[in-house]
Amino acid sequence: MNIHEYQAKDILKRYGVRVQEGIVADTPAKAVEAARQLQEETGTEIFVIKAQIHAGGRGKGGGVKLAKSINEVEEVAGKILGMQLVTPQTGPEGKKVHKVLVAQDVYYPGPSEPKEYYVSILLDRATGQDVIIASSEGGMDIEEVAEKHPDKIVKEFIDTRVGLRDFQARKVAFALGLEGDAMKEMVKFIKNLYRAYVDIEASLVEINPALKTSDNKIIAVDAKVNLEDNALFRHPDLAALRDITEEDPAEVEAGEYGLNYVKLDGNVGCMVNGAGLAMATMDMIKLSGGEPANFLDVGGKANAQTVEAGFRIILKDPNVKAILINIFGGIVRCDRVANGVVEAYKNIGEINVPIIVRLQGTNAEEAAKIIDESGLKVYSAITLQEAAEKVQKAVKGELA
Amino acid sequence: MSVLVNKNSRVIVQGFTGSEGTFHAEQMIEYGTNVVGGVTPGKGGQKHLDRPVFNTVKEAVEQVQANVSIIFVPPAFAADAIMEAADAGIEVIIAITEGIPVRDMMYVKEYLKGKKSRLIGPNCPGVITPGEAKVGIMPGFVFKPGKIGIVSKSGTLTYEAADQVVKAGLGISTAIGIGGDPIIGTSTKEAVELLMNDPETEGIIMIGEIGGGMEAEAARWIKEHGTKPVVGFIAGQTAPKGRRMGHAGAIVGGKDDTAQAKMKIMAECGIHVVKSPAEIGSTMVEALKAAANA
Repeated sequence: MNIHEYQAKDILKRYGVRVQEGIVADTPAKAVEAARQLQEETGTEIFVIKAQIHAGGRGKGGGVKLAKSINEVEEVAGKILGMQLVTPQTGPEGKKVHKVLVAQDVYYPGPSEPKEYYVSILLDRATGQDVIIASSEGGMDIEEVAEKHPDKIVKEFIDTRVGLRDFQARKVAFALGLEGDAMKEMVKFIKNLYRAYVDIEASLVEINPALKTSDNKIIAVDAKVNLEDNALFRHPDLAALRDITEEDPAEVEAGEYGLNYVKLDGNVGCMVNGAGLAMATMDMIKLSGGEPANFLDVGGKANAQTVEAGFRIILKDPNVKAILINIFGGIVRCDRVANGVVEAYKNIGEINVPIIVRLQGTNAEEAAKIIDESGLKVYSAITLQEAAEKVQKAVKGELA
Repeated sequence: MSVLVNKNSRVIVQGFTGSEGTFHAEQMIEYGTNVVGGVTPGKGGQKHLDRPVFNTVKEAVEQVQANVSIIFVPPAFAADAIMEAADAGIEVIIAITEGIPVRDMMYVKEYLKGKKSRLIGPNCPGVITPGEAKVGIMPGFVFKPGKIGIVSKSGTLTYEAADQVVKAGLGISTAIGIGGDPIIGTSTKEAVELLMNDPETEGIIMIGEIGGGMEAEAARWIKEHGTKPVVGFIAGQTAPKGRRMGHAGAIVGGKDDTAQAKMKIMAECGIHVVKSPAEIGSTMVEALKAAANA
């Protein structure tokens, strides 16, 4: 589960991680109020107004702007709030900004030059251990750093049984070229970050940039925290941070029906049992000349209710020109699924796109018969190859 | 021969009396699997499906000589169930449960180090040696005995592949569902290695998906040590970056996670890579012919 920057910073602060202070606001007037309060608390004269959406690269899209005095806050916040923010991670349609974080300036002048670093903690799947990844090239996309300057990336693996040791945090801090107070601050920073990561069962904590200020403090200027979905049952307080306005409404609705749905940009919808087969079905649609409009796993029980819900969700997408249902009936019998499809179709009424139903497994022949004799605009297939051929025809508009 | 499970396996079900455990235990018994009992803490001494229920795995090992366990325990308690099975000396632990927290699995992985138990899964359909033992949730009738081994991260896609293989006139030696989670007990490479060393397996189908580096690791191993033709498919060629596609582990983070990157490495290592999932069976037939003529 993704959460906002302001929520991530709130959590990290509780674990002693020093963060760039800020107050969240959802109107320009409240942003001014927030700025006033922030000025009182931190003495900052300059304010950074940051769009709160679940996507990175906000600065590049104009979602992070400076207000050089409190008088500019209302105008700057007004520009960002309500905007449709397009970043490299949002897709071309962008995301609407509902909230901004009014944050303090941390790049103030002082005895030394401020410098940006990168620090993250995540699971290394190859070893099954947590790993700290750090770099002296802060503020840049880490994948870009990995490609261009692999030598500037430090990795420190953490033994699951004993957790992060002090020497490891020191190793990282020294490898980043820090010394004196800044080194000590970075050690504290990393240790607290790790404590938070483990305690909240995050799947990722990424601080980019982590700033060494001119007075040698280490501050999380941005913070990205992803929570592990499978562990949320142990953290009801964190589960409550979910912001469904950031999610696709059709995906939210699908979730309510127990369907696993991801919206894509293509023209052929699909409904499949099992995640692997669902991905394989999307790939087959592409090879047949179409583009998958979605991923949809109906799970173990494909019945009239789930199929109907699936139909309704897929049909919300106006780009869908055909729908492929691909069910491998094992313990679920294909004839039952076929009856479910026919029933769901009739409940919805007219469906204006061709539907190809591929049912394989127990009672596949009977199922094909039910589909063919239904009198509906539904085409049956038994093998995957047949289904692929029918999808190809449907894409070309040749499916009679 | 076969790998992991056969007619001599003495199988217990952890989470025996729950609804999932009961349903699939019945199916396994009907298939002919030698289910010797089950474990539900607090219900020891009872009978369920005409078989003894034990309070602990240790008792099941001592009293009915269980050596394989299949786990249907809910996610919050599943890691504990796996460790209990390992502690009792169970040789093959098959965890079906989906949704176990990653941190729990990290501890399981550490706990299993140095123990003789092999863990398959979690979040997997199980293992089947057709005609001998089905220790999983797969539809048994799809899998006919034969000489092709299957290693797969996915459930229904495994059934699809098995169906194609059987209809192409070949059969299955053992099919291993390794699971779709980020941390699993047996990797693609380890499962392939088991089948490569099995004298009854003549060809291997390796089904992967986006996310992680296990298929690349297996491919490199096959290049070095492979003695049998391998057909490979990676699901998720059309999956967008950064979105989780159903399975907890199926997500493209970096460029090595993509289906395209994995397929490239696999092809470079001599694996017969298919782009379409409809061609898994026919490609296996061709690969076997090519190997015979080589």
